[in-house]
Amino acid sequence: MSSLALTTAQQAARPLAESVVQSVDWLAVAPPVIAAVVGLVVLVADLFVDDGKKALLGWTSVAGLALSLLALVPLLDGDRATFCLTGSPDVCSYTADRFTLVIQFMVLGGALLTALLSMTALKDGRRELPAGEYWFLLLSSAAGAALLPAARDLATLVVALEVASLPAFALVGIRHGDKRSSEAALKFFLSSVTATAVSLLGISFVYATTGTLYLTQIADRVQNVDGQLHTVTQTGVVLTLVGFAFKTAAVPFHFWVPDTYVGAPLPVAAYLSVVGKAVGFSGLVLVTVVALPSYADAWGPALAALAALTMTVGNVGALRQRSTRAYSAVRLLAWSSVGQAGYLLVPIAAAGYAENTDDAQRAVGSTVAYALMYAAVNLGAFAVAALVGRTSTLNRLSDYRGLYASSPLTALLLGFFLLCLAGLPPGIIGLFAKVTVFSVAVDAGLGWLAVVMAVNVVIALFYYLQWTALLFRAPEGAAQPHRVPAPLTLAIALTGVVGIALSGAPQLILRFADTALF
Amino acid sequence: MIDINESVMQFLLAFVVVGPLIGAAAALLPAPPGLKGTSPEQAVLRHGVTVTGVVLIAAIVLALGFDHDHPSRMQAGTDISWIPALDVRLHLGIDGISLPLLVLTALLTFLCALYSYFKLPSGPSPKAFVALLLVLESGTLATFAVLDLLLFFLAFETVLIPMYFLIARWGGEHRTQAAWKFILYTLLGSVVMLLGLLLIGLRAGTFDMVALATDSHPELTTSVQVIAVLTIGIGLAVKTPMWPLHSWLPDAHTAAPTVGSVLLAGVLLKMGTYGFVRILLPITPDGFGTFAPYLAAFAVVGIIYGSLACLALARPGAKGDLKRLIAYSSVGHMGFVLLGIATMTPTGVNGALFANIAHGLITGLLFFLVGALKDRTGTTDLDSLAQETGAALYGRAPRLGGLLAFGAVASLGLPGLAGFWGEMLALFGAFDPADGLSRPAFLTFMAIGAFGTLLTAAYMLIVVRRVCMGGAPQEGPRLADVQTYEFAAWTPLVALTVLAGLWPAALLGLTDPAVQQLLAGGTR
Repeated sequence: MSSLALTTAQQAARPLAESVVQSVDWLAVAPPVIAAVVGLVVLVADLFVDDGKKALLGWTSVAGLALSLLALVPLLDGDRATFCLTGSPDVCSYTADRFTLVIQFMVLGGALLTALLSMTALKDGRRELPAGEYWFLLLSSAAGAALLPAARDLATLVVALEVASLPAFALVGIRHGDKRSSEAALKFFLSSVTATAVSLLGISFVYATTGTLYLTQIADRVQNVDGQLHTVTQTGVVLTLVGFAFKTAAVPFHFWVPDTYVGAPLPVAAYLSVVGKAVGFSGLVLVTVVALPSYADAWGPALAALAALTMTVGNVGALRQRSTRAYSAVRLLAWSSVGQAGYLLVPIAAAGYAENTDDAQRAVGSTVAYALMYAAVNLGAFAVAALVGRTSTLNRLSDYRGLYASSPLTALLLGFFLLCLAGLPPGIIGLFAKVTVFSVAVDAGLGWLAVVMAVNVVIALFYYLQWTALLFRAPEGAAQPHRVPAPLTLAIALTGVVGIALSGAPQLILRFADTALF
Repeated sequence: MIDINESVMQFLLAFVVVGPLIGAAAALLPAPPGLKGTSPEQAVLRHGVTVTGVVLIAAIVLALGFDHDHPSRMQAGTDISWIPALDVRLHLGIDGISLPLLVLTALLTFLCALYSYFKLPSGPSPKAFVALLLVLESGTLATFAVLDLLLFFLAFETVLIPMYFLIARWGGEHRTQAAWKFILYTLLGSVVMLLGLLLIGLRAGTFDMVALATDSHPELTTSVQVIAVLTIGIGLAVKTPMWPLHSWLPDAHTAAPTVGSVLLAGVLLKMGTYGFVRILLPITPDGFGTFAPYLAAFAVVGIIYGSLACLALARPGAKGDLKRLIAYSSVGHMGFVLLGIATMTPTGVNGALFANIAHGLITGLLFFLVGALKDRTGTTDLDSLAQETGAALYGRAPRLGGLLAFGAVASLGLPGLAGFWGEMLALFGAFDPADGLSRPAFLTFMAIGAFGTLLTAAYMLIVVRRVCMGGAPQEGPRLADVQTYEFAAWTPLVALTVLAGLWPAALLGLTDPAVQQLLAGGTR
């Protein structure tokens, strides 16, 4: 009897062991893992490195991020997936397809540039910013952000979202004894946690009705939900989307942005404006296009309205910045990033109107292409802002007056970045990225949204060009030359080269608007 | 005229577009040893003259090598894929419609650079001035040379930033507001235009202008065409400018420096009308036919409105600004161009293209002259210029006065000068519009337009009387008469005005076959 029981137990245990101990494709998960491991190494190393050599931690982090960027290269040859269900091997939690790789490239590249900006910031604010913690938080957040686009089930998605967000709260509030910094962190934290709670509730509703967390399975099962549960499903869908809308800083979840950006150390603001956005919209894409394509008639119009509202509110907010107010440059970038989030949402909304999955994916590709352009030039603008912020700590727009006289190349590059954001030549890549977004909207029949966006482009031009014009005005006092530290130079040069190269060959990123990403 | 290898022609056309851009980048760099000149300012201004001069020579060689027996064929064509994702191709080419505009642009820019070399507008460093001028030239030349809708849009947008800075930095009074008005208006128009271009391109599956014009595209149904014409038309009409979308123009012209005004009137406005002819007429004929009567109506309102505004400005005691007056006269002249296009007949469109060139030459000359007048007297205000009896330019600076009178009579359309043929042909086209357009309506437009020429004559003659004639003040300081460099900059314009007036066939022979083909649906 007992022996019989034993054999049954053994028989039961074998598949159990197989299903618990999976073979993990370590190459596929390398990019986020490397970032996380290097983060831990830096945290521990911080204890053994004396104050004079803290810069070493910075270079280690930069090297770690570069390494995880390099880890993307072997993945280029094809789609890989890991953490799959033993029963059905095509249902996986982690997929490294083209979409994942592009977003990971953007996120890790963004984090790398942030790290370069941070090195100067840490050096300048020796006492204020604890180096070890700072690097650990930055790398952990980057790891989470890199994990998110690969996540193909809702649990992983939420975990990744939180891994990306929680360190970010701490980063915003990291300046010791700075009231503004802690207030910003609190604001950011409270609103973000609320949004997460709401989307968790939504996810639980979706799980309750479909019985699965895997996105592809949800896509299948959500169509055959019991009629009685229909309302629950719909509520679940809406609530889930709210959480991700918050991350992209879509209106009406945008109010935390300006204060948070101003309160945070400048590199962190740059990080949030690019990586935070990437996290938000890739989550949104996964939930809408991959998991809930059958609800397109619900989220399509909702996102279209959200996009129109977001760009309008963001641009009008940026328009209202007075140039003499303290931190007006960062504020303007914050508001403009809200406006840009609106443009990013347009193709996702258009995906909801697509007639087939191909069109929907192409629409998503436009968002990706636009986001890549935005990431490069926005980080460039922040890098120059960081440079100017070193001499004029208030970082007002009026501090940029006559920048051309003191450092011509930097001024020309900032002008180029701003015109890319505005979408006017010589910022050719900005122009064509906008054209892509417009063309997706027109193709999907969203004429009204295209017109709203057209008006917004004009509004946005006003403040971008105003700032650009300011750079070339005669300086008020004697021009004070900016001494540019090496990491900052590297960041500005890197973004500048990327922007100019893309302007010559826009196909480099626009090809994503023309191919299947998933 | 002369036989030039096709690949040389290709290179020349590409060079004409890209050359100024490279020149602009080079202008920002410090001058290389051996080219330093007497001062950095002088060196960079000379650089501007050299680059625009080389581009002008290239354009002239292009014109000489152009196969004048087949002006309707696209020549010197380049077609390279650039952004496959958006189906954007670097497709360049010229035919009888774009060639004259290309040469006019190269010529006017060169004359502007030459003029600035001797008479730099007051403002910040000439380095930026030259760079912006060259970017502007590249954008305008590209507009006339590209054959891809999205590339056309890119070229159309390229001119905005340089022109904005030219007005805002080197301009006169109220320059900031004027520059903002210029760029915001035009950008709003061109972004709306982009939507129409995308609509056409996405529906038809190609952005190539030649393919769109020649092949039949059943996907472009009448309703699609109507929307496309409306959106593209608005963008082009802002640029042209068509009444009532013209209000940016007088301010921009008044505030812009002389060189800016010349290029704005001589070249930038033509981008709008060129778009009508190149894009809307062949690609969306049905949609254009729907709007043609309205376009014609707006055009004649523009003619009358421009003339009346000029008359009001020319009145004694009105404190009229001479630059503003010429700007308003541009609204009237472009009204004739639009009327010609709206008839959709070869006669009308040829007239429009002729009037385009004529307006570029004559108004360019007038803005140069008024600029020179301002440099000498310090004002362009008619009342303070004329005072009691008149400014008596004939007595104080006879050559300048003579040239101004010449420009004025050319502008009012005196037979024998360039201004005459275009407007006459445009009116003549309205006499017998294309099938499907209401003839009585166009006859009315023609009558109103003809009345507009009378008004134009009236205000131009008033201007001549008040500025050129009058009792010469005995004690007033003598004005410096026309300088050598001014002669150099203006003579080509005067000569071409006379030439085009006496030998219109030279220009019409180029445009007519191309227009015939365009209106026939591009079949060859």
